[in-house]
Amino acid sequence: MILEALQVSVARGTARVVRDLSLKAQPGELLGLIGPNGAGKTSLLRALCGLEPLAAGRVTYGGRTLVEIGRRAGGRTLAYLAQGGRIHWPLRVDQVVALGRLPHGAAEVDAATMRAMEAADVMHLRERTAGSLSGGERARVLLARALAVEAPVLLADEPVAALDPYHQLQTMELVRTLARTGTTVVVVLHDLTLAARFCDRLALMKEGALLAAGPPAQVLTPELVARAYGVTVETGTRDGEPFVLPWRRCDAARSEPIVRP
Amino acid sequence: MMDRAGPGHALLVTALAFLVLALFAGSSAIGYATLDISAALADLIAGRPSLPALVLSELRLPRAILGAAVGFSLGITGAALQGLMRNPLADPGVVGVSGAAALGAVVAFYFGLSATFSLALPLGGLVGAGIATAFLLMLARQGVGTATLILAGVALNSLAGALTALALNLAPSPYAALEVVFWLMGSLSDRSLVHVALALPFMIIGWGLVLSTGRAMDALTLGEDTAASLGFSLSRTRLLVVGGAAAAVGASVAVAGAIGFVGLVVPHLMRPLAGNRPGRLLLLSGLAGAALTLGADIAVRLIPTRPELKLGVVTAIIGAPFFLAMLRRLKVEGE
Repeated sequence: MILEALQVSVARGTARVVRDLSLKAQPGELLGLIGPNGAGKTSLLRALCGLEPLAAGRVTYGGRTLVEIGRRAGGRTLAYLAQGGRIHWPLRVDQVVALGRLPHGAAEVDAATMRAMEAADVMHLRERTAGSLSGGERARVLLARALAVEAPVLLADEPVAALDPYHQLQTMELVRTLARTGTTVVVVLHDLTLAARFCDRLALMKEGALLAAGPPAQVLTPELVARAYGVTVETGTRDGEPFVLPWRRCDAARSEPIVRP
Repeated sequence: MMDRAGPGHALLVTALAFLVLALFAGSSAIGYATLDISAALADLIAGRPSLPALVLSELRLPRAILGAAVGFSLGITGAALQGLMRNPLADPGVVGVSGAAALGAVVAFYFGLSATFSLALPLGGLVGAGIATAFLLMLARQGVGTATLILAGVALNSLAGALTALALNLAPSPYAALEVVFWLMGSLSDRSLVHVALALPFMIIGWGLVLSTGRAMDALTLGEDTAASLGFSLSRTRLLVVGGAAAAVGASVAVAGAIGFVGLVVPHLMRPLAGNRPGRLLLLSGLAGAALTLGADIAVRLIPTRPELKLGVVTAIIGAPFFLAMLRRLKVEGE
């Protein structure tokens, strides 16, 4: 299902946290949303999910807005993984994951729940209660919950933020596989190497606007990264895959290193 | 791949329902006068106006029905409000409706309306609850957040408490003040079928509204954003829970006064049995609330004190230390 944002603006008070932004995510594509803190990535993602009212523009799923799709069907159309999500009651892990089945009926532990737990590598945690999980385990359980929706579109806000390197790679491989099998996937990322290696396309945001969009090699250039983040980068390839390491802080406008006195 | 809690849940609901029925029968059988229940029931059904039939229909049955209905209302709304706010300390009193209902009843007392006709008291309570409910629903319809809604409820409660205190302060006679204080303590004694007819419809509507939010309650376990992304309308859920709680609790306070701690403690007791699922907790808490209230109301009649202990006093005396013990346990589990 094609997800399209057309000249979307999101207002917070009088300020526009997302300004006139257009982007398109195709089925089978892993789209990475990157940018510095406060760039508006989360606001944009929430606006895509219909959680944030649009000050201007429109968001469509397969050509229809969420209002046209309807609330109930909307719950099956997209799966949203919130940033640093919480589990408010100490439910058993498989029951938490089964909440992803609510748009399809009841929150029962069914085959889709099992597939999601298997994919997110939380099957061994299924009998534990949510309160007993570590931060990284909880993040993977919540990812499994989002996968259990089995929606054609997955929007994940920093899905690897709380994870150790092993599970970061595992999660990125998982969302890439998901994209390869036909799901439209949008992920917010901070790790530029993960963004460069795993995403098919990147959208780089700064101050609510789109600074650049395209294949990682075109977006993660030293100039654009310096303008967006105010850091210089060391780039290279290993086993034919790119890596991008933030190296020094720099003057954002001129990409020259900041020299300490 | 079956959800293993499924059959267990049905069994639990059935067991609790039987417990409520047994306590209901117990509550009908126990009183200051000895009563041959079967004879009274036979007379009542046959329409013979005997003394036992009269005791059963005018005293025992209304008390038992109200005990079950008030307890169910407190239990289910406690569970719903805790689920909505994702806060285990929420309580039917929090939304401010019980305070407003109490104030309505006190105003009826104060202006001597209750002396002229006895139903002025519950009617005053319903009016008070109605005004508070309208205010809260207006806020909920404007789409304010859950925290704002709760703070508005807390403010309503404070205002109602202050005005109740003012009425006591200005009470024309110490007897009037005493009567108000006694009524505020909460009791089910000397209620008639008219009280039942007055309160039960509101309570049933309230239960229906609250029970319809079960799935949304489950979704809210993951927070408001995720619940919304799963296709649940937050404003609609707030409207249903606050409206349902107001109707059920307002009607309860209007006929029985303030009965504390049932709405707070019962959801805690039932939560482990519901597998911590907020949706499942609703019906279980309603039934357990009914059982607890019926049980406590039987206890106040068995404890030989004169005057009779007030139901609200007993639930608070049992409930408060119990709640402290539970907090200790929760703290240990949380660590």
